[in-house]
Amino acid sequence: MKTVKSAAPSTDNRWRIVDAAMRRLGFQPHALIETLHVTQETFGFLDEDALRYIAATLGVPLSQVYGVATFYRAFTLKPKGAHHTCVVCTGTACHLKGLPEILAALEAELGLSPGGSTPDGKAALMTARCLASCGLAPAAVFDGKMVGNLTSATALKRIRQWVEHES
Amino acid sequence: MNPGVRVKTFKIDGLDVAGREDQTVLDVATEHGIPIPTMCHLEGLTSVGACRLCLVEVVGRSRLLPACVTPVEEGMAVVTNSERLQNYRRMLLEMLFVEGNHICAVCVSNGHCELQGLAQTLGVTHVHFPYHYPDRPVDASHSRFVVDHDRCVMCTRCVRVCNEVEGAHTWDVMGNGANVRVVTDLNEAWGRSETCTGCGKCVHVCPTGALFEKGHSVAEMLKKRQFLPYLTAMRRRQ
Amino acid sequence: MNPEELLQKNVSHQLTAEAHGHDVRVCMGAGCMSLHSDQIKSALTAQVKQHGRDKSCHVKGVGCMGLCAAGPLVSVEPQGVLYKEVTEEDAGEIIDSLNKAPVARLICPTDTPFFQNQMKIVLENCGKIDPERIEEYVNADGYIALIKALTEMTPNDVITQVMRSGLRGRGGGGYPTGLKWTTVAKADGTQKYVICNGDEGDPGAFMDRGVMEGDPHRLIEAMAIAGYAVGADTGYIFVRGEYSMSVKRLRKAIMQAERQALLGKNIFNTPFSFQIEVRIGAGAFVSGEETALIACIEGRRGVPSPRPPYPAERGLWGCPTLINNVETLANIPSIIRNGADWFSNIGTRTGKGTVVFAMTGRVQNTGLIEVPMGTPLREVIFDIGGGVPDGGTFKAVQMGGPSGGCIPEQYLDMPIDFDSLLEIGAIMGSGGMLVIDDSASMVDMAKFFMEFCRIESCGKCVPCRVGTVQMHELLIRFSEGTATERDLVLLEELCDLVRHTSLCGLGQSAPNPVLSTLRYFRHEYMAQIRPDFGANGVDTHESRSTS
Ligand SMILES: Cc1cc2nc3c(=O)[nH]c(=O)nc-3n(C[C@H](O)[C@H](O)[C@H](O)COP(=O)(O)O)c2cc1C
Ligand code: FES
Ligand code: FES
Repeated sequence: MKTVKSAAPSTDNRWRIVDAAMRRLGFQPHALIETLHVTQETFGFLDEDALRYIAATLGVPLSQVYGVATFYRAFTLKPKGAHHTCVVCTGTACHLKGLPEILAALEAELGLSPGGSTPDGKAALMTARCLASCGLAPAAVFDGKMVGNLTSATALKRIRQWVEHES
Repeated sequence: MNPGVRVKTFKIDGLDVAGREDQTVLDVATEHGIPIPTMCHLEGLTSVGACRLCLVEVVGRSRLLPACVTPVEEGMAVVTNSERLQNYRRMLLEMLFVEGNHICAVCVSNGHCELQGLAQTLGVTHVHFPYHYPDRPVDASHSRFVVDHDRCVMCTRCVRVCNEVEGAHTWDVMGNGANVRVVTDLNEAWGRSETCTGCGKCVHVCPTGALFEKGHSVAEMLKKRQFLPYLTAMRRRQ
Repeated sequence: MNPEELLQKNVSHQLTAEAHGHDVRVCMGAGCMSLHSDQIKSALTAQVKQHGRDKSCHVKGVGCMGLCAAGPLVSVEPQGVLYKEVTEEDAGEIIDSLNKAPVARLICPTDTPFFQNQMKIVLENCGKIDPERIEEYVNADGYIALIKALTEMTPNDVITQVMRSGLRGRGGGGYPTGLKWTTVAKADGTQKYVICNGDEGDPGAFMDRGVMEGDPHRLIEAMAIAGYAVGADTGYIFVRGEYSMSVKRLRKAIMQAERQALLGKNIFNTPFSFQIEVRIGAGAFVSGEETALIACIEGRRGVPSPRPPYPAERGLWGCPTLINNVETLANIPSIIRNGADWFSNIGTRTGKGTVVFAMTGRVQNTGLIEVPMGTPLREVIFDIGGGVPDGGTFKAVQMGGPSGGCIPEQYLDMPIDFDSLLEIGAIMGSGGMLVIDDSASMVDMAKFFMEFCRIESCGKCVPCRVGTVQMHELLIRFSEGTATERDLVLLEELCDLVRHTSLCGLGQSAPNPVLSTLRYFRHEYMAQIRPDFGANGVDTHESRSTS
């Protein structure tokens, strides 16, 4: 186990959570992905300070940390802006059962396209490879809640609610 | 030779050859003067089998095998230069050309470039795949060196030499798929790198004009690689 | 007291108290969960209290019951009644009816082919036991196989059983499991590892999730048996990042097993020690490939490396490593418990046992099913699956996701196993089965899968990194009807190149969906070629940008 420990980027208490994750795996270089997971969960994204801190604490080269953080889709280097997120499943079954029509409707009615957000920036649309709920295709997750058998109408309704509620 | 290492006899293109069991097909072919095109491989660095130019056929096996990482086996019959292999190699080279933005006429490595050299040797006369025209940056922030990503073929020699020989691990690969790129540290300007020792090894192992020294104009950049076998030999003696 | 009695005594005594009375099972599989079956479970529990039946009725969450299309599902034992499309409002009626006739309007008939024609080994406990309670697993003969292996068999005996069972890997390759175990057992080295591959990245596949969530102890038992057989003391379960419920259940199961000394030091007072850690994937399909998966556990980029060396010789941290798929391992406890002969009597000559499919797409009964190897596809799709809904017409079934191929009508009577599928240009793959009806364009299907490979390519080797982009761009032209005859030549050329020169299975199999749709539905490609654009047509490729 390493004895020299670099200081956390700030006094933010959340770093303790990250520290605990690294300690659990003995501050070994192979704790990198686990640590990035925990950091991403805790802060919502991975900024430069975080990457530097993790690199120094685990003894992993900076470029390797960057390479890992940009290889996996679970990690993001930029904060997410929108208040609400809709993650649509782009898996095979959903594709086959009408996802393209739903996406077209969102684009036409709300100006919302995958990877983008509504013009007011309140709701963002993201895609997932497969939510493994193919039995209920097409499926999407609205602010963490899974909704199956999605139609254009239900998708539009839910997002309109977000957009209209907080004006 | 280490005691206990066995010798294997086999055939390459009909020629009887012998190699130690810890050698690759490429090693033995090279010793016998049989040319196999390579790009990502460089003697003195670990091999990664990424460019696929060195693929060879082994009689009785359906898979093609990369010579640079395939260990020799007793009795194997290797074919290095069939019509099919030549055709694949030309297409792979074409892919490297269409994937980047290679404009030889303005390149410091024109005339000394491994990509250009391979294209000539393998007879790539025209490119029949559509070009990607990616948008890639140039970083000239380092006081002595430049990285021009337009010319990078992702052989990752720079990454390996920096890690395995220099020990700095300044370079690594970011992203995935068509978005892969070599980066220094946290993808910051090279000139601001805290870990780069400025040794220039990456520049000299680079097969193209993607990494070069400042102060050279078109066709002037000659790469010097003697350091690699020298350092390898010196370290082995220690 | 022998180990079995000890296990029974330690673990399952609470169950006897619950044994009489009613068992109300609420499906907590991913499908039903997304229809809020957790709220239904709460409602049922509340109703049980209200009816004052806390003592005689036990409400529990179970793993996927299979028929996701009719979810949320609730079953009542010992009556054997299955309710479909249950809502919170139905809870009162269901509890009220426990000692009377069942609620007719909710009944889901179980005398249908969907239930009658299946055969369950891997999923035998799924939908029956509460995956969060080790007692229920033990009560269903769980951990008997581990005890048997540790106390009555040598590691070599275990391997011989697996070898003789004829079990082949369910992770895609179909490699003989016994042979892999032998290689790891014989490899030099004192430190060895067992890895359970639960990355399950194929879009449309959820078999492994079913097992990890519905019967996690089965995997723990299997990994310990594997560890004993090959001489490993540590195992890793690598779970796809999106499967947070699997992670939770597996971690809980590991803790429970440790508490009962079924994991840890000197299991059942034998010299054998084994520990298991869960590792979570970070969203990269390619990191399900075994060498990439090892890189991922080591904290590196999940990029495949050339084999040899195979993980069996040099794997995790350079040590001999056994990697098996979730479904492969899930067969092990049954094989050890019932013997190799029992297992090898099921299935075909070259494919033993059962196979689990995640049936999706244009089929009535979407969900998780398990059938003996050798069952004809027609039976799977039309009897068990109930055929194409809404009067649609069957067109093809895509097997093996982005690495697989499609199978048209004329081959539906062929018994499915590894070899028969290969022959017709498809693969068993990991078990995703997508039914396609005549409203779908096969060119679009091929384009869809190629886009997936393009996005998921690791970017290390040239043919896959560049070839998937090139092929996808060509398929876009076909799908838009702007392709030329020259594009078709180019497409076939690229398929051949990428298939034969790529480094790992992702690239090598990326052309499969294109090749198989070209084989059976070539006319759909031809119809998308602009008639006035012959072989000498103007080349319009040049200005396309792909980044
Ligand atoms: C691109 C790619 C992705 C893969 N994904 C998985 C996966 O998600 N799960 C899995 O079990 N095997 C996957 N495999 C296969 C594994 O490499 C390996 O063969 C398998 O885990 C071995 O287990 P088995 O012998 O039990 O089938 C994948 C292979 C490739 C090439
Ligand atoms: S030289 Fe062997 S793959 Fe590149
Ligand atoms: S990711 Fe393995 S061949 Fe492309």
